[in-house]
Amino acid sequence: MKKLSSPMDLQELRKSIIKNRDPKKTIVSVCGGTGCTALGSGDVIKALREELKNRGLEDKIEVKVSGCRGFCQHGALVTIEPQGIFYQRVRPKDVAEVVEATLNGKTVEHLLYRDPVLSGQFVHEQEVPFYAKQHRLVLANSSQIDPKVIDDYIFFGGYGALAKALTTMKPDSIIEEIKASGLRGRGGGGFPTGRKWESTRKAKGDPKYIICNCDEGDPGAFMDRSLMEGNPHSILEGMIIGAFAIGASEGYIYVRHEYPLAVENATLALKQAEEYGLLGDNILGSGFNFHVKVSRGGGAFVCGESTALMASLEGKVGEPRAKYVHTSDSGLWGKPSNLNNVETWANVPIIINNGSKWFSAIGTAGSKGTKIFSLVGKVRNTGLVEVPMGISLKEIIYDIGGGIQGNRKFKAVQTGGPSGGCIPESMLNLPVDFDELTRVGSMMGSGAMIVMDEKNCMVDIAKYFVNFLQSESCGKCLPCREGVKRMYEILTRITEGNGKMEDLDLLEQLGTTLNSTALCGLGQTAPNPVLSTIKYFRDEYVAHIRDKKCPAKVCKALITYNINEKCPNCGLCIKACPQGAITPVEKKKPVVLDQSKCIKCGSCLDVCKLQMVKVK
Amino acid sequence: MVKLTIDGKQFEAAEGAMVLDVARAHNIYIPTLCHHESVTSYGACRLCMVEITTKSGRKNLVTSCLYPVEEGLAVQTNSEKVSAHRKMLIQLLMARCPDSDVIKDMGKKLGVEATPFPVEDHHKCILCALCTRACAEVVGVSAISFVNRGVEREMGIPFFDNKDACIACGSCAYICPTGAITVEDRNDTRFIHQPWDDMKFKMTKCKVCGRYWAPVKQIEYMAKQSGQPIEFFDKCPDCR
Repeated sequence: MKKLSSPMDLQELRKSIIKNRDPKKTIVSVCGGTGCTALGSGDVIKALREELKNRGLEDKIEVKVSGCRGFCQHGALVTIEPQGIFYQRVRPKDVAEVVEATLNGKTVEHLLYRDPVLSGQFVHEQEVPFYAKQHRLVLANSSQIDPKVIDDYIFFGGYGALAKALTTMKPDSIIEEIKASGLRGRGGGGFPTGRKWESTRKAKGDPKYIICNCDEGDPGAFMDRSLMEGNPHSILEGMIIGAFAIGASEGYIYVRHEYPLAVENATLALKQAEEYGLLGDNILGSGFNFHVKVSRGGGAFVCGESTALMASLEGKVGEPRAKYVHTSDSGLWGKPSNLNNVETWANVPIIINNGSKWFSAIGTAGSKGTKIFSLVGKVRNTGLVEVPMGISLKEIIYDIGGGIQGNRKFKAVQTGGPSGGCIPESMLNLPVDFDELTRVGSMMGSGAMIVMDEKNCMVDIAKYFVNFLQSESCGKCLPCREGVKRMYEILTRITEGNGKMEDLDLLEQLGTTLNSTALCGLGQTAPNPVLSTIKYFRDEYVAHIRDKKCPAKVCKALITYNINEKCPNCGLCIKACPQGAITPVEKKKPVVLDQSKCIKCGSCLDVCKLQMVKVK
Repeated sequence: MVKLTIDGKQFEAAEGAMVLDVARAHNIYIPTLCHHESVTSYGACRLCMVEITTKSGRKNLVTSCLYPVEEGLAVQTNSEKVSAHRKMLIQLLMARCPDSDVIKDMGKKLGVEATPFPVEDHHKCILCALCTRACAEVVGVSAISFVNRGVEREMGIPFFDNKDACIACGSCAYICPTGAITVEDRNDTRFIHQPWDDMKFKMTKCKVCGRYWAPVKQIEYMAKQSGQPIEFFDKCPDCR
């Protein structure tokens, strides 16, 4: 690899990459993201390469392994370029058929996407309802490029923003541009990025550090992972531009160890960028030096908090500290440090390339651009969605997510991860942006969006998240350590039918104290799932406490399984019951369920084809 | 110097001073459990929370042990909000350490007699980290630290077994606000009673008066730190 010593060199390189590629060449692009890999995309790629080799088509058809495309539930995802044919749920056995159809200019019908609601098949990705309402800026290239090949990124204009920033802009004008764009921190805090950069630039101290926070730990969230796996160079380019603007010479990508592919791709991206002279000393001949290292986190949720992350980087226990002195003044090793989330960094090249005016035209008054959400839970289409700020929850859940599975009734959506709030149906028209979500008692968080239906018990949900937070609290400050534990204790007794009405007041008081007195964001937001469910689903709490009933029929202590009198004694449930609690009495007469033996596992309910098992 | 008000009274303080220190210097009571002038502030007990209004009008609750004074700052040490939160915090501690007189007394001071939470644990340690900070910052040996995380957090020595680093100086017991760690000298042995175990250390006898005056390991450490020959410590301070 030849080192690029000027922006002109980069332009020449790009020209030669474009020249060496035949735009008409057929490319079979298979998603290599974690979701698709789990669904066997590795085997699909292997089978594809074998098939092409056996048929002597290696020169004619190229196989590409792309980044995550977001529609993980339907993996392994495959597209045929340049036609843009979109195949889903591809298995190795389908490969021969795909190759054959591609050669003949046809499509494989049974691999095309069919919508459960809308009729007909969808041939191209952009027509699929899951993608149609999305506005893919940050994720745009993930499905196009091979994250392991820097030339692919450069082919799509990669590092052009860096060249532009280094040659035509001054550090201050870059900061002004980011400020004017209205970009706010995508990690959850929503702090204006430009202002953060400005304070770190103005801070006294040397060296200054740039940190990329890829310590995503929310249950159900995977946008940072996908981005780091699928397009690591876009993040790195943002970091280099940021470093130039701030005057930083060293940087870290802090990525959790449980994300092996993200670690691998980030490490490889650094190496490739260094070899090209896009990172390291004298970047593109500009005289600007910037070095980046990958640091692997141990998987503590609290290390996503900036000061805890910095402590962890320093080799100390990952515990937060008070931020009355900002990390922009005294962060990593007491030096000015600028930490931004993966998605924030990936937005930077887009803003530099297109200008702040273009960028700020997307979104709402207070929140500009797009946001990536990981849409999970009881929606039909789960996956990664990138939408413009201000889109309504309803559009995300129904138009993109395809509504609720099994035509059940929507109950709530939790945004912002474990410490987000649960938003009820009456607020489905809420425009999604930083301020609106906070206003209704939830938050943007890092962008997890968990959809719940009528079969979810909201007390149980609150208990689940509080339990997660209790095991992830670092334990440093008293309110978080002791308070979250007590919340869990109270919620447990409510779900076991031992709650008192005063418990609701106590939960609210305790929640308010945590909000106001906990040391870091984890503790301050920990009561959100509890407070928001008490606010919007108080009747469910009351049903548990006063009537000793769980309306959603989830809390085991408050439900019983019963056999309908019309049960014909088919015997399925008898076999399924792990406790031997169900016994036949007489032929064709209902079986008998011994309540004292029943552990309420639901096996009988699952196997009964005649719906003779009723939960009360 | 910076001008600020605490509970409506005007004060001047050196730049960089913490609100808590300024308040205490003027005899204004702010409760604390994890603060000590000999170690760096930690902000774990949250009892020293005060309500501030900055010059620009921004209101916030902050831990006064870690909040540096600033020009025009208005501090309320016992507003309604502050008082309500402090009560909740002490009730959480009362449930954790029901037998601690220190906690009970502080509860009384804050107007709390009982806790609404079930009392099942009988801890003495409130996990304030004064011992670990004293051991690391003042003594310089870091023999004790926290183990585990969150609700599982406890204080201990490596693997609850390795006391090699401990020099038996007893600083942890001295600084412990709740008596969770105590020190006791019995004949030729120093006992450090910690929440997880009792640690025993051999003591050295003064060659003049015959009194067991210091643990062997502490003398070795003092000799190493001070550069004095070990024989210097053959005599106790009284007999030197």
